[in-house]
Amino acid sequence: MSGGQVAALAALGAFHGLNPAMGWLFAVARGMQERDRGALLRALPPIAGGHLASVAIVAAVIAATRSAVAGGVVGVAGGVLLVGFGLWRLLSQRHFRWAGMRLSAAQLAGWSFLVSSAHGAGLMLLPVLASGPAAAPGGAGHAGHAVAAGAGGALTGLAAAGVHTVAMFVVAGGLALLVYEVVGTSILRRAWFNVDRLWAAVLVAAGVVTIVAAT
Amino acid sequence: MTRWTPDPSFYASPRDAAAAPAETLAYVAAFDRSAQRPDAIAVVDTDPGSATYGRVVGWTDMPSVGDELHHFGWNACSSALCPTAPHPHVERRYLIVPGLRSSRIHVLDVKGDPRAPKLVKTIEAKELAAGAGYSRPHTVHCGPDGIYVSALGAGDSDDGPGGIAVLDHTTFEVRGAWEADRGDQHLAYDFWWHLTRDVLVSSEWGTPAMVEGGLVPELLLGRKYGHRLHFWDLAKRRNVQTVDLGDQYQMVLELRPAHDPSKEYGFVGVVTSVEDLSASIWVWHRAEGGDFAVTKVIDIPAEPADPADLPPALQPFGAVPPLVTDIDLSVDDRFLYVSCWGTGELKQFDVTDPFAPREVGSVRLGGIVRREPHPSFPDERLAGGPQMVEISRDGRRVYVTNSLYGAWDDQFFPDGVGAWQAKIDVDTDGGGLTLDPRFFPHGEEFRGLRVHQTRLQGGDASSDSYCFP
Repeated sequence: MSGGQVAALAALGAFHGLNPAMGWLFAVARGMQERDRGALLRALPPIAGGHLASVAIVAAVIAATRSAVAGGVVGVAGGVLLVGFGLWRLLSQRHFRWAGMRLSAAQLAGWSFLVSSAHGAGLMLLPVLASGPAAAPGGAGHAGHAVAAGAGGALTGLAAAGVHTVAMFVVAGGLALLVYEVVGTSILRRAWFNVDRLWAAVLVAAGVVTIVAAT
Repeated sequence: MTRWTPDPSFYASPRDAAAAPAETLAYVAAFDRSAQRPDAIAVVDTDPGSATYGRVVGWTDMPSVGDELHHFGWNACSSALCPTAPHPHVERRYLIVPGLRSSRIHVLDVKGDPRAPKLVKTIEAKELAAGAGYSRPHTVHCGPDGIYVSALGAGDSDDGPGGIAVLDHTTFEVRGAWEADRGDQHLAYDFWWHLTRDVLVSSEWGTPAMVEGGLVPELLLGRKYGHRLHFWDLAKRRNVQTVDLGDQYQMVLELRPAHDPSKEYGFVGVVTSVEDLSASIWVWHRAEGGDFAVTKVIDIPAEPADPADLPPALQPFGAVPPLVTDIDLSVDDRFLYVSCWGTGELKQFDVTDPFAPREVGSVRLGGIVRREPHPSFPDERLAGGPQMVEISRDGRRVYVTNSLYGAWDDQFFPDGVGAWQAKIDVDTDGGGLTLDPRFFPHGEEFRGLRVHQTRLQGGDASSDSYCFP
């Protein structure tokens, strides 16, 4: 990964961490429910873990495919997928549904995985992953080489997901503590900008960038 | 359409909600008992600075007749800020208005002109029956994953089981029955929840066959009406515990959980005890060992009366039962209001300690025997009594209406129940109630219809749930 890629992945991680729907608000609620900052802090790792799993699967698939398949195909196909998903998120009135707040750490990770996946968190990394050099030259003649290249690509994808999630974890944790310790939840009704719309717009833009870069 | 910032009527915590601005409009369910004219949502001006304060300033007819509008609720409320599936940018915009008798559910849009709600959708009885297997929809709450509507009856019959139907948040389509496992629950009425604890509580009245013709003395004395509370796992949708209050405690109705999400108790009213016609208030709470227990904390005795002053249904008893049929808890969980419809009294209790309520205020209006007039109209003897009670979010104003349920009105006020709404000002320091002399829409103001639940613009004490303390 280039320095630019790392920076872009971290920036997207920070953007995901900023979104209350991605988990930091849930951590605040758990802390307040138990009147215990420890409950807040204990909620953060499972939330980050679930996010990591969601993003890593997509990133690994993209990176591996990219290593094994001719360059432009991944960019164009992925970009089209991204634009479509972003438009759907933008136009659909539907939102993630969930009932139940008393979750074990494992359930909390599962919740985070689902909420991240439903929002297309991993897909948002596509332009970054599709931009740099592939892990190994694609289009090589025989199958064994392609498989090995695919495995190498997947590792790159996992590393990218890791960088992304560290940034997400830091921002989410910082915000959770800030709201819990200092500003209080009354800030929500004033400052909770509609991240979902912005999020959908970013997905569409990322798709367009990917397609343009690939063609 | 979604918003860029959260709906300003959503509050993260009950403490924030208590600082909400005063309501300027109230929506009131009005129904024609004879089913000759459409029922309606009446809009009442609650802005004391307005020239039409205390008057009906808007009116929206339902599309059919015979609905018996009763309870209703909002499409979205403060629970939209709850962290597991937040959707704070939806609007509190639609009133979900069931017809208790017709089983139709109406959706009214109040955004364009809040004084002229517009009908945007009607869910027909057969859609509710086909989609969820229920009829006679009653309580509406904006839930974490949809709109929850309790119902008294099964889909295509006058029998049970009643239960809860879930409507889609945005399309208002009937998504299905909520319950995954109802256990032996058969009777239904009200429900509410402790959202952060994954607990739903439901209460019992009777099936449509038991209630639609009026209170049936044989069923009452045979102790056949509901006398239990059910506690459910809100996430798994399973009935996990049932508590029997004792079969002398007939008709366990309104449920008012603490608004503070870190608390796990609530109040429920019992209409009458067949042993002495008293009414009672109970508290549910976690007992040692983790199960729920339900403890009686208030007894309200019947008042002796001359049988000549009583309707035929009560003459054998020589007493007026209080008939507690609605209760409401202020957003700060400090004051509990108890409607004694039979005796014509609204009682205010300080429930800072829920196990030791102290009566701190009372207002008399109407009543089966007393017929107490409103101070501003001292010559008009009032029928009905304080029944549906709604509290402003800041806890300073309380609104009451006087009709209970068409069939019951006729039994207890056979010479006519009339229609009135009163507003009561609250001394929030030490408690105490004063009728507002300027606010008393009544009689022809409601165009000959009876009035039941009031909902306040922007939310009220029984409309919103909160996930942050």
